Amino acid sequence: MHDTVTRERVTQPSALPNAENRKRLRSWRGFKDHFSRIFVGIGGVSVIIALGLIFVYLAYEAVPMMRPASVEVAASYDAPGNGEAGTLAVFLERHQQLAVRFADDGGVTFFRPESGEIVLDERLPIPEGVEITSFARAEPRTGLVALGLSDGTAILARHEYEDTWVGGRTVAKPSLSYPFEEEPFVVDDDGLALDRIGVQEGGGGVKMAVQTADGGLRLAEYAGRTNFMTGEVEYERTAVDLEAPPYDVRRLMLSIDMRDLLVGDEGGNIHYYDIGNINNVQLRDSASVIRDGGEVSTMDYLLGTVSLIVGGEDGSVSQWFLVRGDDNVRRLQKVREFEPHSGAVTSLNPEYARKGFFTGDENGNLGIRFSTSERTLYLNNVVEGAGIVYAMPAPRGNGGLLLDTDNRIHYLDIWNRHPEVSLRGLWGQIWYEGRSEPTYTWQSSSATDEFEPKFSLVPLTLGTIKAAFYAMLFATPLAIMGAIYSAYFMTRRMRSLVKPSIEIMEALPTVILGFLAGLWMAPFVENHLPAVFSILVLLPLSMLLVAYLWHLIPHRLRSGVPDGWEAAILIPVVLFVGYACIQMSPVMEVAFFSGDMRQWLTDQGYTYDQRNALVVGFAMGFAVIPTIFSIAEDAVFNVPKHLTQGSLALGATRWQTMTRVVLLTASPGIFSGVMIGMGRAIGETMIVVMATGNSPVVNMNIFEGMRTLSANIAVEMPEAAVGGSHFRILFLSALVLFVMTFFFNTIAEIVRQRLRKKYASL
Amino acid sequence: MRNWVKSGSPWIWLTGGMVSISLVMVIGLIMLIAVRGLGHFWPSDVVEVDYTAPGRETVRLLGKVDASETITAEAMRDAGFEVPEGYSIITRHRLKLGNRDVTGNDFSWFARPLMGEFSYPEDALVLNRTEWGDFIGYLRAVKQDGEVVAEGEAAWDELFARVARAGDLRGEINRIERYDIGQVNLQIERLRLERRGLRMRGVSEDDPRYAELSAQRDALRGEYSVHESRRNELRQRIRRDSLVAELPDGSEKEIRVANVVRAFGPNRMGFTDKVAHYADRFNEFVTGFPREANTEGGIFPAIFGTVIMVMLMSVIVTPIGVLAAIYLREYAKQGPFVRIIRISVNNLAGVPSIVFGVFGLGFFVYFLGGSIDRLFYPEALPAPTFGSPGLFWASLTLALLTLPVVIVSTEEGLTRIPRSVREGSMALGATKAETLWRVVVPMTLPAMMTGLILAVARAAGEVAPLMLVGVVALAPNLPVDGVAPYLHLERAFMHLGFHIFDVGFQSPNVEAARPLVYATALVLVVIIVVLNLTAMMIRNRLRERYRGESD
Repeated sequence: MHDTVTRERVTQPSALPNAENRKRLRSWRGFKDHFSRIFVGIGGVSVIIALGLIFVYLAYEAVPMMRPASVEVAASYDAPGNGEAGTLAVFLERHQQLAVRFADDGGVTFFRPESGEIVLDERLPIPEGVEITSFARAEPRTGLVALGLSDGTAILARHEYEDTWVGGRTVAKPSLSYPFEEEPFVVDDDGLALDRIGVQEGGGGVKMAVQTADGGLRLAEYAGRTNFMTGEVEYERTAVDLEAPPYDVRRLMLSIDMRDLLVGDEGGNIHYYDIGNINNVQLRDSASVIRDGGEVSTMDYLLGTVSLIVGGEDGSVSQWFLVRGDDNVRRLQKVREFEPHSGAVTSLNPEYARKGFFTGDENGNLGIRFSTSERTLYLNNVVEGAGIVYAMPAPRGNGGLLLDTDNRIHYLDIWNRHPEVSLRGLWGQIWYEGRSEPTYTWQSSSATDEFEPKFSLVPLTLGTIKAAFYAMLFATPLAIMGAIYSAYFMTRRMRSLVKPSIEIMEALPTVILGFLAGLWMAPFVENHLPAVFSILVLLPLSMLLVAYLWHLIPHRLRSGVPDGWEAAILIPVVLFVGYACIQMSPVMEVAFFSGDMRQWLTDQGYTYDQRNALVVGFAMGFAVIPTIFSIAEDAVFNVPKHLTQGSLALGATRWQTMTRVVLLTASPGIFSGVMIGMGRAIGETMIVVMATGNSPVVNMNIFEGMRTLSANIAVEMPEAAVGGSHFRILFLSALVLFVMTFFFNTIAEIVRQRLRKKYASL
Repeated sequence: MRNWVKSGSPWIWLTGGMVSISLVMVIGLIMLIAVRGLGHFWPSDVVEVDYTAPGRETVRLLGKVDASETITAEAMRDAGFEVPEGYSIITRHRLKLGNRDVTGNDFSWFARPLMGEFSYPEDALVLNRTEWGDFIGYLRAVKQDGEVVAEGEAAWDELFARVARAGDLRGEINRIERYDIGQVNLQIERLRLERRGLRMRGVSEDDPRYAELSAQRDALRGEYSVHESRRNELRQRIRRDSLVAELPDGSEKEIRVANVVRAFGPNRMGFTDKVAHYADRFNEFVTGFPREANTEGGIFPAIFGTVIMVMLMSVIVTPIGVLAAIYLREYAKQGPFVRIIRISVNNLAGVPSIVFGVFGLGFFVYFLGGSIDRLFYPEALPAPTFGSPGLFWASLTLALLTLPVVIVSTEEGLTRIPRSVREGSMALGATKAETLWRVVVPMTLPAMMTGLILAVARAAGEVAPLMLVGVVALAPNLPVDGVAPYLHLERAFMHLGFHIFDVGFQSPNVEAARPLVYATALVLVVIIVVLNLTAMMIRNRLRERYRGESD
């Protein structure tokens, strides 16, 4: 028997796979199982990593802002040109292909900053036997310099660079030009040497302020006038002598609007002359700017010539500007002080395109600072064994030239991309240029080059809180009470209708809510203000009234409608009250608000914007209600039935059971719903963009608008320069939003999970 | 009374009232959008009325009553509005007067007490034009090459025929400009880039490929001039007809039929005419291209862009979302770590969408896109190809945004599969992978569908992140066309939600655009409501199905 069976198997192959095939199949299946595990594992983990990447990337973009500047000496060499002559100043060209040195023998040498190799050697047209006695430059971006001579004249020259495109890269070509007249301007008619000089150009002319060898202070204006016959510009001089300060003058600074002259002296004072009208120059204010009567060793305007930075003999560095007082007179006001140098500040030069500046001291320390953010980005020894004579930033702020007391030049490679940002600048009160007091301001861009960007996140954060607050004020009571009713009191039939409606409400795109709020609701609310407020008051009252009347109806009549349909009965009531209030709105306005409630509010001292926090509160509340509702409803509905039944069995009313048993048990769930709703309100973008005027105000007035963090990102991100400080600040605000909402949601989620566990154990 | 208060019944009513308020708000909002959106295309009658401002001469107005409201006289005065004395509350009507090219303002409010009797003249004519918005006046005559061909009553039919002819010609011109000339231009640009690429790779000037490119370019230029001359000829032909209409102030104006999109006399139309007109307008709205800075015409590109973007997003989000969910539920070791991950994924659903937009812009567009450009499109630089906001990056960003929705929903589906099903499969000798892919995943399909539909609904309504990563107000080309590779992932596109924002808030003539915004909003709401209801239905059916099995 046994044999036969075996033979049969051999002769008739079985349909089942043989051992080898089975083995192969098994290993193939094992491989598939293994592969599936690895594949899913890799896929799953990488998705989770990708989600984590969001946080990492946002932080990665935001972090460089807090980096201090770094400085590296790329090259050092003896001053090119005549090494015997002293160096007055050095400047870099925009692409850092070229630099220029002004020497006190009248030599002007253009050279390569990385090697000191001379490219072009020029000489200023200084008459025989005359010496250079003083030097000044106008705003650095103009390239204009003034050289005061020993014969009472001055030369105005400009170092210029022409970019040409050669072989796929720009090549700068240097030149020295005399933009006004080549022969020296006569400043002092008596031919006294000009010991100190200050210069500024603007409005078709030039102004110079000088101190002559006899200590006299003199202001000269050269107004350009085009000769109609020849087409040439002729310069006409108007000069006046000023009341000189009691001490010797150190620096003379003119503003680019040609209205202010600031004079720093050796007694540590600054004097402010109003030179708007050259025939009526007035000394408006004097202030002692250095502690204990030290000398003003150097001072200079920042970009835009509004802020003055003062460096003292004692190493102090402080910022001053003119602030209009109550009597409409502008006075010198100290705005802030920077980390001091260890020795006398010997050089101070502003950056070309932003409100930063370089300071150098007698011990060879270089300071890189920024005014608005009050940051000292770098303060370190760069030149050993010598003092710094001149420290000049590169036009783009990414380099610099140093001149030391040994007449050597150091070419610096600098990383200083985000000086505008500091914790203080983002969150503190800052005294901005031209303001009469420190403020919280967000104003990221403007049309002019001299603009001081104002990056205070306070108005935006406050706006976010304001919008979320009013939205929650509207949404929370509505959503929680609605959730309680629909989970506990409502009949099943009605609940199966209400829940989908609320879900639809949640799914409505916020762009639609925002557009309705901005285009339909804002004008409507403006015209029907009394209606809005009377609805808020009358709706709950009318509901109670209807409830009472219902209670009075004989039991026999109302038994047709079982419990749990109250909400349906109230719908016509809501509609009627709403309609009546809107109809009565003009009547109320005439009766109580002298015909125009908006005007009435303005008279009471409330600013009224058409698109305001009230409208945002309604619209965003609408968006948040379903979020809170669903979660709170879930929590209430899932309270174990034996708890409520026990309470009812002990004789508690339905309402007592609700407040004493259900709410207490479900309160963590309701709390988490509110948290998640809060998170949504904080991050909501389109509603705020469309339903407010997006003005970054700092108040909680319900009738004014606001600008939130998220709306700010949406509005400004497309225009921010990639990689710039503004761009990174927007990343930072995105990060702040991310962290804030993540925080709220995590709390909510943890609370909910605990609750779920509690329900399971009950 | 006291007992009644004690029973807690008033508070129950109050809570019930809150539900009523929510319901009234949702339904009211959808009704508002529906009524305003659908009402826009209805050819409502044109009103003729005399209006006498205090101390001025009476003027005749002709227009459609666009809105009415009752407010206090004081508020109107404060708004700088002329109000007759002796009233404290006044009703005012806003008339759509049209004729922006003549009067400058096509919408105006008028106080009811200052208006005379309303009448509805038979010869009132409304023109939808290609520029300057609507024209409203009285039809007087139709001209051909400057000669009057029909006057009075006869002019109407003549006008309709000529407007139809002009419409055909304009369609032809648009087709030539949009497709024929557009494609030739695209190909010429491609040749230019190819040439530049050759040069960048250091191919010498006498390489035969340059000559070939030049030849191709010349051929294309020839093609271009053929199309151009045909277009110019059509343009010549379309200028033949014009019509003469009287303005409400009595002066006459001649209007080229070439500029008329649609002509109709609402006061002489019967109900069926109006329905036909309505259908025609609605059809134009859904299938047409926008005109006049998006304030007129259709929203087809926006619908198309939304659909394409959402489809791409689905293709990306489904596999990775499902994979992540399966990993979390089936393979990962359940413990505190997975719990933390699950909470984080849940929380990501609550992270503001604009944050995803910022991430998408920085990481996808500038970082990834910039790298792709440097690697694959160096000849086009510095003009970005993938390094600027576009369709692909928008889809990717939204995929990331909706990933939590898909993960959560799929996971929920996986948990819902009864243990017995798995154990049964394992008991029959299936491996874990086989159980998963043959038994569990197919059963979870409806849950995945639900997740995907919810993701799609969310993506379709999301605007804030798209503003940063690829949406534009007016895209010159659709992201899909007849030029290889047919689907242009790098192109910016139009989107319904952004269209609403742009037309409602950035448009030069908000009043004129407003009805269109409502209509667009209606389309979007309908899409999203339908998607959500579908998801809900699937979910409910699922629940029913597993209720029995899991017990």
